[in-house]
Amino acid sequence: MTADSSLQFPLLSLLLWLPILGALLCLLWYKAPAASRWIALGTSTAVFVLSLVAGLYSTGSAGWFLYEDASWIEHFGIRYTLGMDGISLLLIILTAFLQLVAVVISWDQDKFSALFFALILVLGTGIMGVFLALDLILFYLFWELMLIPMFFLIGVWGYKRKVYAAVKFFLFTLAGSLCLLLAVISLHLLHGEQTGVYTFALEALQQTRLSFSQEMLFYLCFMAAFAVKVPIFPFHSWLPDAHTEAPVAASVDLAGLLLKTGVYGMIRFAFPLFPHAAEKSLPVLAVLALIGLFYAAWIAYLQTDIKRIVAYSSISHLGFVLLGLAAWNQTAWEGSLLLMINHGVTTGALFIAIALIHKRTGTREIAKLGGIWKSQPNLAAFFLLFSLASLGLPGLANFSGEILILIGTFSSNAVWAIFAVGGVLFSAAYILRMVQGTIWGPCCEPFDKQDLGGREWLVLIPLAVLVVILGCYPQPLLDSLREPVSFMLRQGGQP
Amino acid sequence: MENLVQEAIQNVNMQAIMPSLVLCVFGMVLLMVSVFSKRGNTTHVAWLSIAALVITGFVTLSGWNNPQGGFADSVLFDNFATFFSMICIIAAGLTILMSDDYLKREGSPVGEYYPLILFTTAGAMWMASGTDLMTIFLGLEVLSISLYVLAGFFRDQTRSNEAGLKYFFLGAFSTGFLLYGVALLYGVTGTTKIQGIAAYVQANPDSAMNTMFIAGGLLLLVGFLFKIAAAPFHMWTPDVYQGAPTPITAFMSAGPKAAAFAALMRVTIVGLDGLQSELTSLFWVLAVLTMTVGNFIALSQKDLKRMLAYSSISHAGYAMVGLVAWNAVGLSAILFYMLVYTFMNMGAFAVLVLIGKKGEDNLTLDGVAGLGYKKPILGIALTIFLFSLMGLPPTAGFTAKFYIFAGAIKAGYIWLAVLGVLNSAVSLYYYLRIMVQMYFKDPEEDFAWVKINVPTAISIAISVVGVLYLGIVPGAVMNLAKLAGF
Repeated sequence: MTADSSLQFPLLSLLLWLPILGALLCLLWYKAPAASRWIALGTSTAVFVLSLVAGLYSTGSAGWFLYEDASWIEHFGIRYTLGMDGISLLLIILTAFLQLVAVVISWDQDKFSALFFALILVLGTGIMGVFLALDLILFYLFWELMLIPMFFLIGVWGYKRKVYAAVKFFLFTLAGSLCLLLAVISLHLLHGEQTGVYTFALEALQQTRLSFSQEMLFYLCFMAAFAVKVPIFPFHSWLPDAHTEAPVAASVDLAGLLLKTGVYGMIRFAFPLFPHAAEKSLPVLAVLALIGLFYAAWIAYLQTDIKRIVAYSSISHLGFVLLGLAAWNQTAWEGSLLLMINHGVTTGALFIAIALIHKRTGTREIAKLGGIWKSQPNLAAFFLLFSLASLGLPGLANFSGEILILIGTFSSNAVWAIFAVGGVLFSAAYILRMVQGTIWGPCCEPFDKQDLGGREWLVLIPLAVLVVILGCYPQPLLDSLREPVSFMLRQGGQP
Repeated sequence: MENLVQEAIQNVNMQAIMPSLVLCVFGMVLLMVSVFSKRGNTTHVAWLSIAALVITGFVTLSGWNNPQGGFADSVLFDNFATFFSMICIIAAGLTILMSDDYLKREGSPVGEYYPLILFTTAGAMWMASGTDLMTIFLGLEVLSISLYVLAGFFRDQTRSNEAGLKYFFLGAFSTGFLLYGVALLYGVTGTTKIQGIAAYVQANPDSAMNTMFIAGGLLLLVGFLFKIAAAPFHMWTPDVYQGAPTPITAFMSAGPKAAAFAALMRVTIVGLDGLQSELTSLFWVLAVLTMTVGNFIALSQKDLKRMLAYSSISHAGYAMVGLVAWNAVGLSAILFYMLVYTFMNMGAFAVLVLIGKKGEDNLTLDGVAGLGYKKPILGIALTIFLFSLMGLPPTAGFTAKFYIFAGAIKAGYIWLAVLGVLNSAVSLYYYLRIMVQMYFKDPEEDFAWVKINVPTAISIAISVVGVLYLGIVPGAVMNLAKLAGF
């Protein structure tokens, strides 16, 4: 399973630590905001290129095509182990891309801009670390590292209720991760007692013999951390606040990337480590997914703030992703992972479009918005495109993932699938209401009549192109996912 | 008695007390130096004290892996003592670095201040290296009496007076308890040597039923638990920590506390090993009580020194988890934890020393609003210390808690680890409140009075490096902590 790691160029480490370097440079030049901007842009471009270069190594088969391993804290058998397979490759490319978008869209951020860009870059390291780490403590380290920059991004640059949102986000996610930490340590010690080898390596810990109740307990602890991040239905209440109050770049990273780390944690760690417990939990997961799907859609329909609508739509879409995982077959899993990528792009794009509307009209209330189509036709067109993609229109991004999930779910449990189809209908309702209230209707007077500017085109066009490509031709992504997914499903055992 | 003296004289081994001897000599010389110095000019005394600590540090370290016992087995300077002595030396050094400008600002630059810190450190070393209850008592007294004076050092400030007096009265009571405990134990076992007590317990398995023995042991524990500020003997902490000069508060929370832990560990794990099951259940309750009381009361504090006082109570609770574990991992974890705590807590206090106005009325939550923007470097430093106190990676607070809880889980105390982790979750809230004030609130003041002076900056820098080094590459120091266990 492990590739030969000797004498290999440490591409993964470079990918991981380049943003930290960029962040330090930003802080060094904190007196010149322009410099920090360019440093951030340069770093994130380099990371994006590197992530594409990493894609060249992809073999399409299961297993790590890039792998690094070094000793770190020998005292506890903690190692610095990174690995990249088809799944992490896609998520890394998504991360690098959205990071680049986040930097460009925050170009005119002038409040403490050095700190802002430094935090964005550190956040990138945290997220990519989560997608690459194969040692549980290393994973935990990056898992927490994501938290700190996001806390400050929301709290310093957020909107009105930023303090409340930031603290709530921090406490919710950290409470979950502490459970994870306890379970990781216990598992480590149990494995050590059984084999005499004290390690945190994922592959070794998978061999630990656990009784069912132990497995269930550990599984629940792991899931506590991941469920908060996803978020799964009863643990979601931090998300609307965090999303709504966050500045646009943080919203893009939150919705596009942070939520994905929860799902990634499940498929990479929770399911393979505790397959029997996972198997038993699938019906519960499916029910929670369906509740989340409907409940969030319903709440989204009642919102008056368009950013809040999109925030709730994220919960709803992640419910879809979770349902695909619960269906536990190749098609559904591929669909889930594809939908994660799609959702990252479309929701990120939607948040950007909303931020641009907000900048021009000074409001995000549906009641006060309207008639953007007349005043800013280009912006309105992009907003419409992204909204329709979010709604699941065939040919656009989300559809390809959702249809695969539905097909896969149908073959394992038709009832779930039937309910889920209803969910698509729900999402049509709130998205159309949002579009109608924003683009059409009586014209509100935007104080800034300017349609899209140069930099805004630069961000929106690639996003729009991606939305169409991901909808029409997701094949390369599916190729990359196929073998790793089937390997994971085999590993987890067919329920 | 005569025999004892004879025996002691025959067993003179200056090597075993060399580090503390060096410190005491320096302390006495410096007392004279400050007498002959011009009033108000103490900077040279401060730097000489630093030199004394550096020399002592080298002398202490030269004894690594070369345990020296002597004086009829009443002192044993082993790796364990070396490790704890180094913690106290580091704590004392950081304290002195942040003190000089602080004393000038508060208007009490008196030279005795520094020798008193050196004497405290020497006392702490005797506590860490004592293998006879009398040696430990001697160390405790030297340490305490110097600290009483230091806590009440600002004699024209009501709060400092209150701190000194309160600490003195309660401290005197607790020492009384301790001494009474020693007397009772001597009455039962006929010895004050820790090894002798261990032998007695071994020979009399029913000593757990002996009322006098139990009473003696408990009274002894009360004395130590008072010093480490474990609940329910923590009541003095908030008032004393708030009223004492800030560098002394920082020092008390690190050095003397570590020394008390050292003595407690040696007495219980070596001397009372036979009573392991009884003691672990006692410590289990005390650890949970201590961290819970500390964390929950800290939640409602508005004064930063008071908040950190309660936080320090809760950290004593975390460290006691290692004592409950009663295994090698747990012991090394306490050593490591106390070192880490020294860096992170003293660093946080050093930042407070800098941002306080004269009289320090502004060291409240509202007083640090917007600090992160007006003084970005201090803000980042304090943020690192707070994240470390929370226990987040990649800071040392994480590795230290990890070590402690791993020891507890290994010994089978899963619930204790769970409660500890839950407590950490509670503690997040009040540490976060400080950060929210620093970064999320608009500055109300310009912090123009904050003059960053070099020595304090050095102490902050050392603490930051310590916190990050022990957080990112803790391997080397963890190995030392492992070697320093019994």
